[in-house]
Amino acid sequence: MSRGILVFIEQRDGQLRRASLEALSEARRQADKAAEPVVALLAGESVKGLVPGIAKCRPDKVLVVDNHSFTKYSTEGYADALTAAIKKEDPRYVLSANTSMARDLIPRVAARLDSPCVSDVSELRERNGALQAVHPMYSGKALGVFEFSAPLAFMTLRSNCFPLIEAKEGHPAQVEDLAVTPENVRAWVVETHTAAGQKVELSEAAIIVSGGRGIKGPENWLMLQQLCDVLGAALGASRAVVDAGWIDHQHQVGQTGKTVSPQLYIACGISGAIQHLAGMSSSKVIVAINNNPEAPIFKHCTYGVVGDVFQVVPKLTEECRKLLAE
Amino acid sequence: MLVKITLRTVLEVTLVKIAVCVKSVPDTETKIRIAADNVNIERSDVRFIISPYDEFAIEEALKLKEKHGGEITAFSIGGDEVVEVLRDTLARGVDNAVHIKDAEFDNLDTLSTAKLLAAAIASGGFDAVFCGQQGVGGDNNQVPSMLAELLNLPQATAVVKLEIEGSKFKAEREIEGAHEIVEGSLPALISAQKGLNEPRYPSIKGVMAARRKEIAVKDAAALGVAGQFAADKRKVRCVELTLPPPRPQGKMIEGEPEEQAKTLAKLLREEAKVI
Ligand SMILES: Cc1cc2nc3c(=O)[nH]c(=O)nc-3n(C[C@H](O)[C@H](O)[C@H](O)COP(=O)(O)OP(=O)(O)OC[C@H]3O[C@@H](n4cnc5c(N)ncnc54)[C@H](O)[C@@H]3O)c2cc1C
Ligand SMILES: Nc1ncnc2c1ncn2[C@@H]1O[C@H](COP(=O)(O)O)[C@@H](O)[C@H]1O
Repeated sequence: MSRGILVFIEQRDGQLRRASLEALSEARRQADKAAEPVVALLAGESVKGLVPGIAKCRPDKVLVVDNHSFTKYSTEGYADALTAAIKKEDPRYVLSANTSMARDLIPRVAARLDSPCVSDVSELRERNGALQAVHPMYSGKALGVFEFSAPLAFMTLRSNCFPLIEAKEGHPAQVEDLAVTPENVRAWVVETHTAAGQKVELSEAAIIVSGGRGIKGPENWLMLQQLCDVLGAALGASRAVVDAGWIDHQHQVGQTGKTVSPQLYIACGISGAIQHLAGMSSSKVIVAINNNPEAPIFKHCTYGVVGDVFQVVPKLTEECRKLLAE
Repeated sequence: MLVKITLRTVLEVTLVKIAVCVKSVPDTETKIRIAADNVNIERSDVRFIISPYDEFAIEEALKLKEKHGGEITAFSIGGDEVVEVLRDTLARGVDNAVHIKDAEFDNLDTLSTAKLLAAAIASGGFDAVFCGQQGVGGDNNQVPSMLAELLNLPQATAVVKLEIEGSKFKAEREIEGAHEIVEGSLPALISAQKGLNEPRYPSIKGVMAARRKEIAVKDAAALGVAGQFAADKRKVRCVELTLPPPRPQGKMIEGEPEEQAKTLAKLLREEAKVI
């Protein structure tokens, strides 16, 4: 008998992460191949209301750890919750979205259970009955294919790489409480400051409009923001403009910023340095708008526009607004 | 724990003992070629550097030492490519360097790496262990959290701001769309994100001094782990390293800005179907 997949579902302040639901959807697809159960773990305080949203991805069971120790995140407290769920369910795999919470939490629990972990997985394959996890390495310049030889293994999945299952009606998931009292919490979150302005989270956005030095100055973010608003996109940036203080590091895409793989990435006045490409080259469609036909970004784009961002971007915003209104 | 030494009655000095984990990685400009074994990159002509995030870890350790006095030891697991990186670390002002090296340690997975670092660090009585948030190249983001667990330390990862007072720390972490403040007690493990500080370059004097310093080498036997990390003991392995499929040649959109914008919007909607 197979042992199933456990998925850690991230919520912050009562908000579910879309990327967690993508991980849950992929768990469902993998588990169906072997007729295995999928169990979702949700931890927090007063989070039961999130269960129907989770049920849409058809887990067999939702385990809920719900008490005041989990109001805010702590690595050790959440590690205790995840460990307890694993001990209870005895899964083969533990999946999670590759978010900052997961990067903090998942490897800690993997080490506690003496188990291997592959992070930032962009694809799951099967070969000769073995599961293979594909992990982009060297900033996406190579793909590592990994195989496990352990009774339990952990994986965190890159967002926008695994399609979401959205069943119309909530699957009649079994909901079960799991009582966990963290024992030894020596560091915990005391406050969260939400960044102003960014409506769509960069690493999860389906569309990103990014600006580089070619936009000339911070006063011109407004121009890109208008395109973002029309497309429902998140605003990204190159390191050059982050270093210049035009925008917060939160927005930086690339080697030392965020890795993103949206459906559409529009690079405005970005040269396409290797460290920038590192963060966005796995985007499905890449548009480059740059006035220098020799800019390296043109070698990596799906559609290239040689032109001045100040002329092209406002017109593009207008055209998109018209098209989307139709 | 922090050692407090009170000199006379006015001057109070706190000595800190810090461990910093540094990884030697291919320069981020490296053109990646796959080696004949199909699981490694071709290493000839590759220049190795300190993983950029580890530079922030080193800098933060140096700043703490400047403030409190004390001693910093750098640990690095790897082959000969580690030596230059450890020299660079010493040149920046780190006091001691430990090179963890053994033929058994080739192509280590993250859990084995964390276990080895833990074996080397555990008995050192460190007040803080610093790591980079991610070793570039492997791009794992795993070793710091694993190491914190194995050393039984509280942790704060991807830290962009750190304050230490007495035996407490306050760290700011970057998360999706927000920053969060983590408070905790020392000893602790901290992993560094870009923004934590501005790393200094080694001074000429530092470089000269570093040349004369000794780098301690520890192998599996010295760490009491002979045989434990051999390739057949690993729980995960890379079975293949490939290059991503090349992007098809892009389409250039000609014309006046107005036409370009119109064509592009249409292509995005009708051909690519992304808007
Ligand atoms: C270790 C390391 C890590 C790094 N990490 C990152 C990272 O995470 N992210 C990142 O982005 N970079 C990173 N970099 C920096 C990277 O190498 C580049 O310096 C940076 O990406 C350049 O930013 P840019 O494209 O905005 O600026 P530039 O390279 O100056 O390019 C500006 C572009 O704008 C175009 N332009 C100018 N005016 C106009 C106009 N009116 N209309 C249209 N186009 C115009 C120009 O032709 C040019 O191509 C890193 C570098 C190192 C060494
Ligand atoms: N071989 C190594 N030697 C020393 N430290 C390492 C090594 N590998 C990883 N680390 C530390 O762990 C951090 C994160 O690495 P990783 O989990 O591989 O992304 C690095 O920035 C280092 O601080």
